[in-house]
Amino acid sequence: MEIGLITLAIILATLLGWLLKQSFNTQPWVAEQVSDTAHHGPFGGGSNTKLIALTAFLAVVTSFFALIMSAYSLRMELGDWVPMTEPQLLWTNTLMLVVASGVFQWTRNAAVKGQEGRLKPGLLITGVLTLGFVLGQFVAWQQLQNSGQFITNNPSNAFFYFLTGAHAVHILGGLYVWGRATLKVVLGTGEASAIRRSIELCTIYWHFLLLVWLILFGLLLST
Amino acid sequence: MSYVAYADRDHEQEHHDPDTFITKYIYSQDHKVIAIQYGITAIFVGLIALGLSAMMRLQLGFPDDFAFINPENYYQFITMHGMIMVIYLLTALFLGGFGNYLIPLMCGSRDMVFPFMNMLSYWVYLLSVIILIISFFVPGGSTGAGWTLYPPQAISEGTPGIDLGILLMLASLAIFIVAFTMGGLNYVTTVLQARCKGMTLMRMPLSVWGIFIATILGLLAFPALLVSAIMMLFDKTLMTSFFMPAVSSMGTDPGYSGGSPILFQHLFWFFGHPEVYIVALPAFGIVSDLLSTHARKNIFGYRMMVWAIIAIGGLSFIVWAHHMYVSGMNPYFGFFFATTTLIIAVPTAIKVYNWVLTLWEGNIHLRVPMLFSIGFIFTFIHGGLTGLFLGNVTIDLPLSDTYFVVAHFHMVMGVSPVLVVFGAIYHWWPKITGRMYNETLGKWHFWMTFLGTYAIYLPMHYLGFAGVPRRYFAMGNTDFLPASAQDLNAAITVSALFVAATQILFFINMIWSLKSGPKSDPNPWDATTLEWQTPDHPPKHGNWGHELPEVHRWAYDYSVPGYEDDFIPQNVGTDKAPAGRDHGGEH
Repeated sequence: MEIGLITLAIILATLLGWLLKQSFNTQPWVAEQVSDTAHHGPFGGGSNTKLIALTAFLAVVTSFFALIMSAYSLRMELGDWVPMTEPQLLWTNTLMLVVASGVFQWTRNAAVKGQEGRLKPGLLITGVLTLGFVLGQFVAWQQLQNSGQFITNNPSNAFFYFLTGAHAVHILGGLYVWGRATLKVVLGTGEASAIRRSIELCTIYWHFLLLVWLILFGLLLST
Repeated sequence: MSYVAYADRDHEQEHHDPDTFITKYIYSQDHKVIAIQYGITAIFVGLIALGLSAMMRLQLGFPDDFAFINPENYYQFITMHGMIMVIYLLTALFLGGFGNYLIPLMCGSRDMVFPFMNMLSYWVYLLSVIILIISFFVPGGSTGAGWTLYPPQAISEGTPGIDLGILLMLASLAIFIVAFTMGGLNYVTTVLQARCKGMTLMRMPLSVWGIFIATILGLLAFPALLVSAIMMLFDKTLMTSFFMPAVSSMGTDPGYSGGSPILFQHLFWFFGHPEVYIVALPAFGIVSDLLSTHARKNIFGYRMMVWAIIAIGGLSFIVWAHHMYVSGMNPYFGFFFATTTLIIAVPTAIKVYNWVLTLWEGNIHLRVPMLFSIGFIFTFIHGGLTGLFLGNVTIDLPLSDTYFVVAHFHMVMGVSPVLVVFGAIYHWWPKITGRMYNETLGKWHFWMTFLGTYAIYLPMHYLGFAGVPRRYFAMGNTDFLPASAQDLNAAITVSALFVAATQILFFINMIWSLKSGPKSDPNPWDATTLEWQTPDHPPKHGNWGHELPEVHRWAYDYSVPGYEDDFIPQNVGTDKAPAGRDHGGEH
């Protein structure tokens, strides 16, 4: 459970540090007139609300994957574990996800600078590449099945399917939000600021899922 | 979906106030309505679980007298009773119910920051409850694996409900976790982002602190349950061997090999122990506010209370293996987990001392919510002390599979949180409904419940010491037990049925109050927190009329020297009250 614990310790330490800063040397029993700095909490008002919610969600997803990886490392220690050879296709898929993440960042930068002409191609390329990644993972599954590597063969196979599947589900969730933003851009509906916000948050999510994938891929390759 | 200030809402079509019955009471995005929906659903399933426990007690108290209870459905009763009480009742009620109702009102916000997601959270929760209830009626019945669902037996032949029952249970849990995550993200973000002007973190009432930290625990711990549920679903449906070792089941080989049941236990308890505090921390917070309000005294050691909640929350993640002493482990690990378990007693004891010190020299009003709160201190100390016994490996090993453990966890996380639930409902009932309940009936409800639960669980400790095994349908080869153990069991059953029956008083009281209870004052307890200061009573959609409140002080300005009332609401400015007070408990 070390992986789960270390991840959790990092999340909790961050939270703790922040809470300390909030509560250190305060005297809650002393009443005073409201000052403007006290307004709307520490993150400066409503504009960051979605970012805070996304950050909290990413902490949940981190906990989810860290716990699967903990289970992976515990299960690996048992005698029947046979390391699996990962399909070469995963490298191509990884490359697609890396480029997708990069293009999303480019799109985000364009959105922040107000270069609206770049949004449509940027979003579409990101979407195609990300869908390509998901399809690629599916094809990798097919290749494994065709070569007789089924989920029941060995716990390493089972974990492979579980990890890649769980990751792909999270990507699909991201694609749903991407789809809504893209639809607004393509149809020309929706406020520019809302679209920009949506793209900014999606970009964070894409980078996060890329990072998760790189860690998972590294784990799969090294074991 | 984003949070739009009420004053800015007029031009936005989607934020029109609900005007039809359906949008107001069914598909409502108002946190107060969602809270009530959560509350009613949770209490409804809780009553089912109460009924199940009554059936178990009938069998244990009067074995063989009831032909309709056989070993198979006895195990189904145990499993469903535990799972419903812990997850579908207490977690949902404290966070979905009280969390939803109290966070926006106590923090001075219009609503949760994502009202649509909040509504979705309830409907997904309802779906999980429906799936859970369906599992009673499928062929083979609900699962009888015990609430911990340990493999291999949870999915092996011989356990009741291994076909559809366990599948529906795992699916229901996974759906519940999705619902909780949607709600939880809302609660955390609302606390962080939507507090009104002046409501600093260290001015929040302890109820909000308890719910806030419990939500964080839930968000980080429920994924462990999700992971184990998914992996067990794979083991069951796809024949993987995550958890399933090579077993011979009823003379046949189901085809598993090499899996680790211990791995499941680690994952399950990595969720399971924080779950105890997901239920306990909101109770701690709420009871602090109840005690302070009804004792007319500031809570003793507010900052320490906050930090104790945080410390307990953090520590709750590193004690999980104390549930696994009997599974066997490296003695050094046992030592580690015993130590961390005992360390949790420190912040917990701080809280108990501070509650008692809050009562010290207070102007105690023994109203119904106060009775339940003081009752909680008793039951929680009793349950907590037996926890110190069980936290030690050497004491846990002989006691683990006896009624001592049943008594321990029912005192500490059954009776104690439920007493707080009742106290909280009585306390906030006037705010929620605008009507008062019958005080005398409420007091009868308290005394019968409080004394009755002692009559149930105190003797169980003795049964545990005597070696009465838990989980058994019938005693079997237990000749070492004196015959009087069975008499005690019968007495416990009578008490349990009595306590279960007296809960009808609560429902009679509430229904009577709804129909013909006297209209309540907007602030009947003279409380300081914001929810009692709303312009409308009960609060309407948007909570605060045209202007959000401003907060100038903490939530515990009771009996302030030199001030004529014995309370100063949080939204009263310093110009209207004497400044320079120095009466905190931490100097």
